[in-house]
Amino acid sequence: MIPELGHFSAFLGLMSAVGIALFGFFGANQNRASWVDMSIRLTKVQVAVLTLSFLLLITAFLDDDFSVLYVANNSNTALPWYYKVSGVWGAHEGSFLLWTLVTAVWTVLVATRARHISLKLHGYVLGTLGVLSFMFLAFLLFSSNPFERLVPNVPIQGADLNPVLQDIGQIIHPPMLYIGYVGFGVTFAFGIAALATGKIDSAWARWARPWVNIAWLFLTIGIVLGSWWAYYELGWGGWWFWDPVENASFMPWLAGTALIHSLAATEKRGAFKNWTILLTLLTFTLVLMGAFLVRSGVLSSVHAFAVDPQRGLILLTIFVLVAGGSLVLYAFRAHTLNTQVQYWGVSRELLLLINNALLVIAVFTILLGTLYPLGHEWLVGGDKKLSVGEPYFNAMFVPIMLLLSFALAIAPISRWKHTPMRLVLNALIFLGGSAVVALLLPWILADGVHLGVSCAVALAIWIMVTHAIACYRQRNALTLGFIGMSVAHVGFAIAVIGVAVTSVYTESKDARLKIGESLEVSGTDYELVSVQPTESQNFIGERARFDFGVQGSLFPERRFYSIREHITYEAAIAPGIFKDRYITFAGPMENDTWGVEIQDKPFQRWIWFGAVVAGLAALIAMLDKRYRRLSQRDLETRYSE
Amino acid sequence: MKSHRRRKLTIIIFLFVGSLATVLISIFALQNYINHFYLPDEIVSGEVPLERKIRAGGFVKPGSVVHESAGLGVQFDITDLNDATFRVHYEGILPSLFREGQGAIVAGRLNKNGIFAASHVFAKHDENYVPPELKGMVEHDDP
Repeated sequence: MIPELGHFSAFLGLMSAVGIALFGFFGANQNRASWVDMSIRLTKVQVAVLTLSFLLLITAFLDDDFSVLYVANNSNTALPWYYKVSGVWGAHEGSFLLWTLVTAVWTVLVATRARHISLKLHGYVLGTLGVLSFMFLAFLLFSSNPFERLVPNVPIQGADLNPVLQDIGQIIHPPMLYIGYVGFGVTFAFGIAALATGKIDSAWARWARPWVNIAWLFLTIGIVLGSWWAYYELGWGGWWFWDPVENASFMPWLAGTALIHSLAATEKRGAFKNWTILLTLLTFTLVLMGAFLVRSGVLSSVHAFAVDPQRGLILLTIFVLVAGGSLVLYAFRAHTLNTQVQYWGVSRELLLLINNALLVIAVFTILLGTLYPLGHEWLVGGDKKLSVGEPYFNAMFVPIMLLLSFALAIAPISRWKHTPMRLVLNALIFLGGSAVVALLLPWILADGVHLGVSCAVALAIWIMVTHAIACYRQRNALTLGFIGMSVAHVGFAIAVIGVAVTSVYTESKDARLKIGESLEVSGTDYELVSVQPTESQNFIGERARFDFGVQGSLFPERRFYSIREHITYEAAIAPGIFKDRYITFAGPMENDTWGVEIQDKPFQRWIWFGAVVAGLAALIAMLDKRYRRLSQRDLETRYSE
Repeated sequence: MKSHRRRKLTIIIFLFVGSLATVLISIFALQNYINHFYLPDEIVSGEVPLERKIRAGGFVKPGSVVHESAGLGVQFDITDLNDATFRVHYEGILPSLFREGQGAIVAGRLNKNGIFAASHVFAKHDENYVPPELKGMVEHDDP
């Protein structure tokens, strides 16, 4: 009964989506406040029924209801309760139910929290979100029903959740990611609404900015969690693989980053209006393309869900409809958003333009590398498979990021319209100083100089210095917006240092050790002291003890999950500000030896720390007064237009 | 020409040249960094370039995994479940999901003795998932 109720609730969600879309669009089109209010009311209905549906699926997991196919495939009675709950979004169907729930939550937030925006705009935004929600729910119900029953052959035991997903990272990584993805659906809706009303001014930009920031914040956190999870859970210490699915999340992130910057110019100077709108469309288009790539199984990836061509076809249709429809609308309406803005020299507008150009180029190169194998297969034929490896992405992406860093360091001292040359030259002097520090540092640390790392570190230090100086100069008139920008850029610089140093200076060794033997890595001896058996509800394994330094110990494990006959390496990590020690324990080998890999990873944490700092900076900027002050005034003008 | 028109033209030319350069650089980079994927029968037939970075894949032949007596060297056979089988040599810790009878993809170089010197071994992460590269093989296998 519970699964049927869940299925029915999701169906009610689909019905509400129809209502949200119709009342939203026609209310905006006919300027009828009562219709838009109806749309707003329906968003509450939708979020209620989808929450119920989601809770009912959780109930089915907690009850070990293996008559439900999805539960039988992804759960087991031996699973701890919290993994039963997170198992709900451990595979395709349930994770897509979560996706639709997230859409409903965003929609209701826009409906209730954005009452100060003009009625027309509000109606079009809600209408667009209703259409998206409808497509997602239709896809869920007609091709990915998580409530499907397995009758009459009900298994007595479930197939268990994939062991690598039995982890805290898996509990929070997908929800964060989906909140970010669908958040860009909200900015997409803002873009569509702007095209529909034909009006985009600084007020529109002010309305859109907080939503873009919060979507970007969640996507950032989601990607960081994914990277961190891969780092400790997959057992080989990698934090980014340029895997197609990672790229699928990274491309919207880059486009979203470009959007944040373009919006700044649109809000402050009314510049780049068309471009900003195009970015709102492009970002969400990339989100949908990512969903298609991940969920259709067309690409070879460690993340891809099990293959189902029919699903792929439906997702491709949604992608084509949304991307094509929005681009056609853009082609017909964009000229109504004409702009005339003057700027010359090293103005802030120019720097933002450079930022956008570089970020879009980065998106393009990643897109090319990700889709090239697919395109090749379709054009040349299915015989010859090929793949594009990490070296391509590194070769393309690293230089783009270095150029971006250069432009970014000048950003805080730049002015709108035109920046006096004196300020630019001032900033360049600091680059010299930073370069000296960056070249001296490796010498002091006695690790040998690597030109690429020195360049990256010099640029990163330069970014920090120019932002610190800019904040100091403006200390009496600092806005949260400016602080947010500075913190985000410093976060970026921190991440740049982390990426550069850890990529080049990581030292890794593997060996077969007997008890009592040790392995030297980066000047530290790691002694294998003992190996003990270990077990839990659903696995058995070995737990090793390594001693290093004065009193350091690490306990990596190798686990065998019996239900799926699945082995995992649980790496042991000693995290630190300046280095991570990372031990992978591969279990027994012949002659009483044990397989071991030990890595010394300097500045590893800086990557995630920097990214999280940048993410939180989006929150700081969002709290700027100017986004709050307008509420009251706009409330009065809501119905006057 | 009015000044803002000239500006617009400059920007358009700049964008055009920029995107053209990006496309050319990307394609050039792609040429250098593409890994071709080969199936066991192609490896066996000798049509695969030697000592070039490639990827290959198939299923790990049961009973073929041999660890060397010292060090982390390991050898195993990759088969397409029919006649074609090639030998892989790898130094290092095999991925935790590596198992006999399961699919695996190896990246590395084929040497002139016909042994594949792998720098990376990838095992599938989920028993329900088959890498697209190996899908053809599974379908062949179905009666």
